[in-house]
Amino acid sequence: MANNISPVLLFASIIAAAQPLVFAAVGEMITEKSGVLNLGVEGMMIIGAIAGFATAVTTGSPLLGVLAAAIAGAALALVFGFLTQVLLANQVATGLALTMFGLGLAALIGQPFSGVKPPPFPKLDLAVISDLPVVGPLLFNHNLMVYFGLVLVALIWAFLTFTRTGLTLRAVGEDHDAAHALGYNVILIRLTAIAVGGAMAGMGGAYLSLVRVPQWTEGMTAGSGWIALAIVVFGTWRTWRVMLGAYLFGGVTILQLNMQIADITPLWLVVLALFLAAVSVTVRSFRSSAPASPWMIGLWFTTLLAGSIAIRHPVSIPTEYLNMAPYIATILVLVAMSADKLRANINAPASLGRVFHRTG
Amino acid sequence: MLTLEPRTAGPLRQVLTPVLAIVATMIAGGILFMLLGKNPVEAIKIIFVDPLFDAYSRSELLVKAAPLALIATGLSFGYRANVWNIGAEGQFILGAICGGAVGLAFYGIDGWFVLPLMAVAGMLGGFAWAMIPAFLRTRFNANEILVSLMLVYVATLLLSALVSGPLRDPDGFNFPESRQFHDSATLPILLQGTRVHIGIVIALLVSLVGWLVLQRHVFGFQIKLMGAAPRAAHFAGVSTNRMVYLCLGISGALAGLAGMFEAAGPVGQLVPSLPAGYGFTAIIVAFLGRLHPAGIILASLVLALTIIGGETAQYLLQVPKAAISVFQGMLLFFLLAFEIFTRFRLRRSGAGATA
Amino acid sequence: MISRRTLLAATTAAALSAGAGLAQDDPVKVGFIYVGPIGDFGWSYEHDQGRLAIEEHFGDQVETTYLESVPEGPDAERAIRQLAQAGHDLIFTTSFGYMNPTLKVAEQFPDVKFEHATGFKRLDNVSTYSGRFYEGRTVLGHIAGHMTETNTIGYIASFPIPEVVRGINSAYLAAKEVNPDVEFKIVWVNTWFDPGKEADAANALIEQGADVIMQHTDSPAAMTIAEEKGIYAFGQASDMMEFGPNARLSSIIDNWAPYYIDRTQAVIDGTWESKDTWDGIGPGMTEIGEFSDKIPAEVQASAQEIADKIAAGEMHSFTGPVNKQDGSAWLAEGETADDGTLLGMNFYVEGISGELPQ
Repeated sequence: MANNISPVLLFASIIAAAQPLVFAAVGEMITEKSGVLNLGVEGMMIIGAIAGFATAVTTGSPLLGVLAAAIAGAALALVFGFLTQVLLANQVATGLALTMFGLGLAALIGQPFSGVKPPPFPKLDLAVISDLPVVGPLLFNHNLMVYFGLVLVALIWAFLTFTRTGLTLRAVGEDHDAAHALGYNVILIRLTAIAVGGAMAGMGGAYLSLVRVPQWTEGMTAGSGWIALAIVVFGTWRTWRVMLGAYLFGGVTILQLNMQIADITPLWLVVLALFLAAVSVTVRSFRSSAPASPWMIGLWFTTLLAGSIAIRHPVSIPTEYLNMAPYIATILVLVAMSADKLRANINAPASLGRVFHRTG
Repeated sequence: MLTLEPRTAGPLRQVLTPVLAIVATMIAGGILFMLLGKNPVEAIKIIFVDPLFDAYSRSELLVKAAPLALIATGLSFGYRANVWNIGAEGQFILGAICGGAVGLAFYGIDGWFVLPLMAVAGMLGGFAWAMIPAFLRTRFNANEILVSLMLVYVATLLLSALVSGPLRDPDGFNFPESRQFHDSATLPILLQGTRVHIGIVIALLVSLVGWLVLQRHVFGFQIKLMGAAPRAAHFAGVSTNRMVYLCLGISGALAGLAGMFEAAGPVGQLVPSLPAGYGFTAIIVAFLGRLHPAGIILASLVLALTIIGGETAQYLLQVPKAAISVFQGMLLFFLLAFEIFTRFRLRRSGAGATA
Repeated sequence: MISRRTLLAATTAAALSAGAGLAQDDPVKVGFIYVGPIGDFGWSYEHDQGRLAIEEHFGDQVETTYLESVPEGPDAERAIRQLAQAGHDLIFTTSFGYMNPTLKVAEQFPDVKFEHATGFKRLDNVSTYSGRFYEGRTVLGHIAGHMTETNTIGYIASFPIPEVVRGINSAYLAAKEVNPDVEFKIVWVNTWFDPGKEADAANALIEQGADVIMQHTDSPAAMTIAEEKGIYAFGQASDMMEFGPNARLSSIIDNWAPYYIDRTQAVIDGTWESKDTWDGIGPGMTEIGEFSDKIPAEVQASAQEIADKIAAGEMHSFTGPVNKQDGSAWLAEGETADDGTLLGMNFYVEGISGELPQ
């Protein structure tokens, strides 16, 4: 299949391109884990993008830029937090307003920064190791932000899984009334989660403007924040899966571009998606030692069918249909997960989007 | 320590809070414009007052507000019953696609039946798109907020694929857009020289019907009951599944109708840029209108006012578009924030709350 | 972080200079509708440069205004109409998607003159204009063909409309002429403006061996990536020098200023008439940016010669023999393409691999 696509370079560039999504999606996951749905990710990302860029340019330090981006993202998130947690405004409407506000504010702040070049962002350079064949470009030649992101994701996973505070956060997202009755400060915990989510989204934006593109242009997030929302669902509110989901979503675009250039029919993408779905369903059924379901067999059959079509007929499909695939996959994941009541209860925060009003 | 206590606000307070929010926005916005070196009074006047005294701007207010009101009215039913359709944008697009496709199928044919057929197709399109989250929620317990949101992306891509594929203008030099609709597939204009089309009247009628249903019909009662006390609704024999289908179906059909109106009215063809965010803005409108048909009409007009006034301010004062967006964002924040005073009263509570 | 004071000073200064030049005795009012922000450093930026050129040229005789980031949907008609109603005498609508809205408004304002960029529908008070950017691409293709060492030129394309297809074909023919082994790798991103995606596309092209990148999208993202990766690229719409001081070989600059000044003058003189303008290098609407010193002197000379010949009308970007991609004959020996075919171009020329999305 590989014409002249180098799998190593491909995976390396998927990692690099998906990094903003990793930050934003994992951040939103924390917010949602506490039971709050913040639809303003796009707004917080773009504020991070400009705050990071502006700071990096004025101070000459990209690292300070990232810090500023985190602060700016958190600050904007706290506006949302204040409105929804303290003033009990509707989360959906406030999140949408946040996106509108953030996009406007970023554009306003960013006006003097169009066409400016940011200082270069340090890359990991381990001399010999970075130059190793395969593993070098794949693992040891990324931007520092990529490693920082990985560490952050690992910390967040550990925090949610092993710490008492992490448990409290999840409890609040599960049933805020019960958590309140147990003496937890629901509002404070949620505000913290919202701020952390905003800081992560801000850093995702800074990655975009300082590393991936690197420049500032109005509206440069171009919908990444909305995709991050999808990824959280796709990853079923589990840290590593959300990260994987970000790579998958980001990967589809990169893979699609690469296949176009190498003149490979994009039908292979569909085959790949089906294959991954079939594998995951199979693994899941092995784990729960359930008998092979007709769904699973059907999925494998469809994969084979699509594969044989792809081999015989190199048809071109409009890219729009391919770009739909991740969203449809997200819906399927959501359905598969929710249908299984037990699983749904473990993962999806039960209080998601519901207003908590402390009485007495 | 201050605490909040729920209350039912009188009509005066209901009207007063949005007015207060607008005044607060004017002050904050005035400061913003002043910082940008503009005359704040003039800027505020251009945005909030001038469009009201100009005949064309008034007509455009209606053109812009109608789809918002139509969609928001549909959404408000569901929101009252805790059914969260946030994918109206997708249903809007499907309505435009289905209505537009029917219009294109009858291209060059004159007949009174074309427009009604397009309207039905548009409503069916939006309805069908909304049935997906409804089915997935009732059958698989999947969260309708997320499913309907995902379907927005799918719908946007579908529109883009169709106008660069099967629905593309054969004489359009490969540009991704459809033919312009034939006259018989274009909404009649009510006021010559404006874009005020028949859809605006229909939007008003729908609001009226919506209000009647909410006040007088048993369905309206069931919705309120389900929103306020789901368990009581259950015991009263209200079927949750049926309500989910109804709420999503109604909002989907109305969003679809709005999409068809937009395609066959102001735009006159199918273009990838057709969805101008109405579906999302309508969510805000629904809340600003406090989920009440009359409030929704007012809220949609206020939003339309800032959009149109904002454009005027852009070229009269040469304010960057970004400043206008910030201004609109502030208005929404204030409106959402001040709403608390209609729903709660501040109470000084004796015991230091330990939360 | 930048202080609030400097930020405000900067924006205020920009706003002041834009609003400067208000005249006493009845200036001609010229309005512009832009599809992007004026700070996009591409398409809208160059149109705004044209607007500023009018202000500078006419001083108090004109008053210009603009609306930026006007979406091509239902809002475009209102925006155009607002300018018409506010007493503008001449309105430039600078994106293809404004075509039908412009016509609708023009019908209701017969006394206002409209100029629509890149469209094909005209009225008595609606002119159309566009640049023969493909002529510029012939020059860039020539340079690219010489400069590539991997014989692979990457091309970031937006939408498969004739305008873009023409650019690909003319660049390819010119590159092939000087380098028979050259190969074009074309990637369609389905957007005019998405810096992230454009950067990804540039990276993907580089990974698959491209060492020169051409683009037909609006942001300077690809240029920035080329600079980072140490390969070559060309500026698109604007010069983009600051984004790739080492990477940038040359550029196609949309220079609207002469046309805008010309048309404004016509309105002042009362000689404005509806017409279709499609100008290339000759009249200066398509401008070739300064050559970088990375280009060997003899290549600079030959590229300049091509540009001069095209400008003088002695050479045409599409001169036979040229076959279509499927091998069927298109242009016979010495034959040049007519404008009709160029305006509706929906095929690749022979030698380009891959399928043109339809």
